[in-house]
Amino acid sequence: MDGIIFLQWAFDAVLGLGLLWLAWRALNSSDLFKAIVLFIAFGLLMALAWVRLNASDVALAEAAIGAGLTGALLLAALARLETMTDQNVSGVSAHPAHPPSPTPAGSRFSRGLLILLLSASTAGMGYAVWSLPSYSTGLSMDVAAHLDSSGVSNPVTAVLLNFRSYDTLLEMIVLLLAVLGVWSLDGLPPQPEKPPATVLETLSRFLTPVFILVAAYLLWVGADAPGGAFQAGSVLGATGVLLLLSGWRPRARLMQWPLRLALTTGAGAFILLGLLTLLLEKQLLAYPVAQAGRMILLLESLATVSIAATLAILFLSVSSGHKMKTGKEEKE
Amino acid sequence: MTNAFLYAFAGIGLFVLGLHALVVHAHVLRKILAVNVMGSGVFLVLVALARRSGEATSDPVPHAMVITGIVVAVSATALALALMLKLAGKSGEAVLPGKHND
Repeated sequence: MDGIIFLQWAFDAVLGLGLLWLAWRALNSSDLFKAIVLFIAFGLLMALAWVRLNASDVALAEAAIGAGLTGALLLAALARLETMTDQNVSGVSAHPAHPPSPTPAGSRFSRGLLILLLSASTAGMGYAVWSLPSYSTGLSMDVAAHLDSSGVSNPVTAVLLNFRSYDTLLEMIVLLLAVLGVWSLDGLPPQPEKPPATVLETLSRFLTPVFILVAAYLLWVGADAPGGAFQAGSVLGATGVLLLLSGWRPRARLMQWPLRLALTTGAGAFILLGLLTLLLEKQLLAYPVAQAGRMILLLESLATVSIAATLAILFLSVSSGHKMKTGKEEKE
Repeated sequence: MTNAFLYAFAGIGLFVLGLHALVVHAHVLRKILAVNVMGSGVFLVLVALARRSGEATSDPVPHAMVITGIVVAVSATALALALMLKLAGKSGEAVLPGKHND
């Protein structure tokens, strides 16, 4: 038994140090491409840390987003940056103008001050964590006590879609704002598109149905086990990214109101249901107990569609400079 | 002290590493990476502190907040990258204007 406990400690220590080391390397690597690849590896290790901390729901989201989608976004942006600035940012001969080493402005004094401030904040935060009681159940007892009336049996889904559903409501609005922000940055030169490799094209044909199935499973199983709208939405969004990478482009007709409907349906459903419950139950998003399960499934399905559409369209905008043009906008 | 505190301290370490890189590097893409690492550090502290219950189930509220946070972080990253590309399109390089022009 002692051996197992020792092994666990050793594993946790190695994982923690590995995270710190990868983060350091990613942040200070001379080559931007290498930095991004190290950051993706960092995301994968983070997913492992979530599993060690018994947070499988978080691990699923991290594996799909932190390691997958963020990496794809960063690499796509780097590729565009290279064509735009016409300099080999990522090549072996790193761009001479901006060495990754501390910038010249950092005189000895200001660098010393920075180290001092960082050490002070590390010590402060370390003390804050150290002084916390080493045993605490937090809100888990409260959640467990009310889980029966939430309509689902996975406590994380219950918190996300019932007890604190206004978090998710606001998050859907944040996603919408991100798309609006990206779309409003007009006037970027479009990235010349390369024909996709045959292997990628064939592979994505095979993988797309599997991914859709996985997303549907994650959405459905989220009620009782790790999974849910966020995980399903990010898997579906990653499917969209894969399709976009293999050269698929949605038809222009699809890019107008159907896309907008997909982007807004999650936030819209939340707001409508919020208003409805406000009228009937006198409280925002307080579902009637008998209907809670069905309402959560409905909200989660619509949120999945919105999250997937948002993530895929963000990737499309960052990677190829696609922007929305509808007849109405052109008239304006 | 449980293993959870190990991860909480690693989280603080990540936050500080990210903060350092955010201040020191001039390239915007590096700053975006730094903010992402800082966010991961915060998430790690939150989830590690939710694990203080020992053998009992973890506190699901921080888990839910972190899942929300991960999705918000990726959309904020996309917006930041779009802003960076816009900056590079206008000024020819993805570096914030300031004293560090070398």
